[in-house]
Amino acid sequence: MTCYIPNINLKREMLEELGIKDIEELFASIPTDIRISELAIPEGVSELELKKELENITESTKKRLVFIGAGCYDHYVPSAVKAVAQRAEFYSSYTPYQPELSQGILQALFEYQSIITELTGMDVANASMYDCSTAVAEAMRMAKRITNKSEIIVPKALHWEKKAVVKNYTDNIGMHIKELPYSLQTGETFIEELSNLITENTAAIYLENPNFFGVLESKITEVKSIIGDRIFIVGVNPLTLGLLKVPGEYCADIVVGEGQILGNSMYYGGASLGILACRKEYVRQLPGRVVGMTNDSDGRRAFCVTLQTREQHIRREHATSNICTNETLYALNALVYIALLGSNGLRDLGIKIIRSAKELVSKLNKITGIEAPLFKGYYFNEFTVKINNASEVRDSLIEKGIEFGIVLEKAFPELKDTLLCAITETHTPEDIERLVAALESVC
Amino acid sequence: MASSEFRQARYKEKLIFELAQQSEVLPLPDDIKNSLPSSLISATAPKIPQIPEAQLVRHYTRLSQMNYCVDTGFYPLGSCTMKYTPKFLEEFASSEKFASLHPYQSEDSAQSALRILYELQNLLCKISGMQATTLQPAAGAHGELTGLLMVKAYHKFNNEDRTEVIIPDTAHGTNPASARMAGLEIINLNSKNGLIDLEALEKAVSEKSACLMLTNPNTLGIFEKDVVEIAKILHDKGALLYYDGANFNAIFGKTTPGKMGCDLVHFNLHKTFGAPHGGGGPGAGPVSVTKELARFLPTPVVEYNKNSKKYYLDYSIPHSIGKVKMFYGNFQVLLKAYLYIRLLGSNGLREVTDYAVLNSNYLLKKLKYILELPFEKVPRLHEFVLSAKNLKSKNIRALDLAKALLDYGLHAPTIYFPSVVEEALMIEATETEHKSELDKFVEALSEIVKIAVPNYIPKNTSVGRVDEVKAARNAIISWKDCRNL
Repeated sequence: MTCYIPNINLKREMLEELGIKDIEELFASIPTDIRISELAIPEGVSELELKKELENITESTKKRLVFIGAGCYDHYVPSAVKAVAQRAEFYSSYTPYQPELSQGILQALFEYQSIITELTGMDVANASMYDCSTAVAEAMRMAKRITNKSEIIVPKALHWEKKAVVKNYTDNIGMHIKELPYSLQTGETFIEELSNLITENTAAIYLENPNFFGVLESKITEVKSIIGDRIFIVGVNPLTLGLLKVPGEYCADIVVGEGQILGNSMYYGGASLGILACRKEYVRQLPGRVVGMTNDSDGRRAFCVTLQTREQHIRREHATSNICTNETLYALNALVYIALLGSNGLRDLGIKIIRSAKELVSKLNKITGIEAPLFKGYYFNEFTVKINNASEVRDSLIEKGIEFGIVLEKAFPELKDTLLCAITETHTPEDIERLVAALESVC
Repeated sequence: MASSEFRQARYKEKLIFELAQQSEVLPLPDDIKNSLPSSLISATAPKIPQIPEAQLVRHYTRLSQMNYCVDTGFYPLGSCTMKYTPKFLEEFASSEKFASLHPYQSEDSAQSALRILYELQNLLCKISGMQATTLQPAAGAHGELTGLLMVKAYHKFNNEDRTEVIIPDTAHGTNPASARMAGLEIINLNSKNGLIDLEALEKAVSEKSACLMLTNPNTLGIFEKDVVEIAKILHDKGALLYYDGANFNAIFGKTTPGKMGCDLVHFNLHKTFGAPHGGGGPGAGPVSVTKELARFLPTPVVEYNKNSKKYYLDYSIPHSIGKVKMFYGNFQVLLKAYLYIRLLGSNGLREVTDYAVLNSNYLLKKLKYILELPFEKVPRLHEFVLSAKNLKSKNIRALDLAKALLDYGLHAPTIYFPSVVEEALMIEATETEHKSELDKFVEALSEIVKIAVPNYIPKNTSVGRVDEVKAARNAIISWKDCRNL
C-alpha cells in the first residue's frame, strides 16, 4: 500500500532537482556488506483486506462477564470522553515544545495537574507517568534523593507485578525493600509494627488504600505520627476519593495511583496512566513533564512546559528521571472524565460501587462453601473470596463465560483457595444473578 | 508565501475551575458511612468542578483548536518522526472487542489479542534482524532502560562486573538519563566530522564497558559507516552494542541492526510505526534482542503452542529481569503498530524509507543555501541539522527562526539539539509530506532569514511569545497556586 506516501508520483521531478537518477544513490553511505534486499515480512495488504482478516479473528471473541480487578478495572467510559480524545488536534500532536502553537494541550495538562492535586490533597502533580507501578517506583527514587537514605518499607500485600517493577527501578541504586505484614484476620497492614521496622536508614514508607486485597487501611491516618520526617508515599484508587479522606489529610508526602480507571478502557492492560503528585517542597525532585502558567509577550495568560531543569533533555544523566514520552492522551481522558463527574458525581459513583460490592458479597456468602470476604476489614470495589477448590471453580466458571477473580495462592502461599474479585458500576443486577447461579451450580 | 495567510484560533478560554460554580457536596448516606472506617471519613470533599457535557465538550473543542497537530500541517521536528498516520489505525484500534479485554482474563478468551502480540513480536524481530522481542516498555526511554537492565543481567550472568555505558555525543537525548536510571556510569564519546571517532572509541572501551548506545543514522542524520568495525571493537572487549531505534525510519529494507552487529534494539512504535504521539504519549518502546539475550527478557512473552493451536503468555524465561511495567505493554499502541506494518508490508516500509530520505534530501538541497550545513560532504539520510550561527551577529538565534516559522502555520524543527552543532535546527521531513509542503517550508525559511528580528514574537498563533523564564521562576503549576496568588 502506497497511498500514504504522496511523492511517489513526483519521484522523477524530485530526483532531477537532486541531480541523481535513483533514490538508491542516497543510501550510498550504508556499506554494501550490511545491506539487505528486502525485509523478510509479508507484503502489505489493503485496509479492506486487513479489516476482513481481523474481523474473522476477533469474531470468535465473545464478551466475557469479568469480575477481576488487580490493577485494571472495567469502568464505563462516557462517549464525551472518547469524543474529546478522538480529536486529531490532540492525538496527532507532539509533546508541546512550541507553546505558542500548543496552548490547547498545555492548558488541558495544567487542568489535569490541578484536578490531581485536588483529588490527592497534594500541592503539585506531574503531567503523567507510564502506569501506577512506575509511578510508585519513581516516587521511591524521589524519596532516596530527598532523604539520602536507601531503605523502603512496603506492604507485604502488594501486587507481585508492582513489586517486580519496583525492584527493577530501585535495586540499581542500592535501595532495598522491607515488607510490612498484614493481618490474616482483617487483611489490613500491621501499621502498628512500623515502629519496629523503621531504622535510621529508612527513606520512605509506601502504603496503598485500599490495599492489594481491596481492604481499606483504617489506621493509615496514624502512619505519619509513627514515621516522622521519613517520606510517606500513598497509593490510591482515585475513585475512592469522593468518599474517603484524601491522602493530604493524613499527611502523605507523595501520592501515586493508576489513572486507567478514570475514563480509559482496559485494552488488555495497555491503557495505563501513572498518577504522581507531591508536596511543593519536593517539586524539584519530581520526575516527568510539568506544565506551568505564565503569560505571553502581550501579558495574556499562557501555558508552557516548565521546571525543565529536572528533565533528561536538559540535565542528561543528572535528570530526575529518563521519562520523555508519557501518557498525555490518557491524562486528557482522565481530566474530561473527572470534570464530567464533579465532586458529587465522584461521590455518587463511589456509593454505587460500594453498594454493588456489598450486594455481591452478601449473595456470595449465602452459597455453601464460600466465605466472602475472607478478610473482615472494610472494602470498596474489591475483596477476597474463599472457596473450596478455588482454581477448579474458577476454571468451570470460565467455561460458562464468566471470569471470576484471580488466584492469590501463588504469590501469597498462606492464602489457599482464595480469589481476589472486583466489581464496578458496569455490572448489572442480572450480571450478579448470573454469577451467583453459576457458582451455585459448581460449588 | 506569506505569514499573513495563517491564523490559529485564539480564544480567551477559562480554566474548568473558572467555568463552574462549586456546588455543595451532600453528606454520605448512613449505609455508606457504616461501610467505611470512621477514621477515613472526611468532613470535606475534594473541590472538583462539575461541568455539563455540552459546556465541557465546547471547552475542549476550543482548546483543541488552539493546538497544532500533524493533521493540521507540516511538523518537521527532528528525531521525532512526526508522520501522518493512517486513520484506519485509529478506527480499528478503538474497537470495543479490544477495549473490553481484561489483562487477567483467561488466555482462551483473549486469543485475538495474543495472536496480534505474537505476530508483532515476530514482525519486529524480522525488521530488526533480532531473535526475540518484549513488547512491555511504554516508551522509547522505557525501552532503553529495559535494554540496559538486560545488558547488566547478561554481564552479571557471565560473572563480569561492567558498570560503564559509552554514549556518543550524536546519540539520542534520553540515553544518558536511561543509563543512570539503570545504575550505570556514563562515558561520553566525542564525534569527529559527524561520525564516531574509532580511535577515541578504542580508548574508551575497557573491561568495564557494558555497552555502547548507538543511534544510527545518528542525530545528525549521518549513517555510521564504520558500524561493523564499531561492533567488533566492542565485542572484542566483551561489551555489547545497543541500537537506539528512534531513527528506524531511515533504514527499512536497506539494512537491519542485526546486520550492523547490534545485540539489542529498542523501537519507538509511536514515532516510526503509525501510532500517533498523543500530545506526548502513550507510546510503546519494544526491545528486540539476539538469542544470547533472550533469556533475560521481561516476563511474559507471547508464545504459540502448535499442538493446541493456542497462543499463551510465557512466564518461564529462565533469567528474566522481571517486569518494567504492569501487564503486557501499551496494547492499544502495539495494536496500531501491528496494523501499520501489515498495511505497508515489506515493500511499503521500504518506500517509507525511500521517501523519508528523498524528502529530507530535497529539503537539505534547498536549505543549505539559506543556513549553514555542518559536515557538508557527508551524506544525510532521513534528517539533517543546520546551523543558524551566522545570524548570531545580527542577534538572531535559532529560537527566533523557530518562532517565526509558527507564523506561517508550520511547526518549528527541533532546536539546540544535538549539542555538537551550534544554534542547531534539526529537520525531519518524513515520507508523508507532499512536495508542495516541503516547498512551502523552504519558501518560509528563506523569507524568515531575510526578515527575522531578535526576540521574534509570533503574531498568528493563539498567544504571543510565551514567557518561559517567568514560568520556571514563579512555578504556577496548579489551580491551587492561582488561588493563592
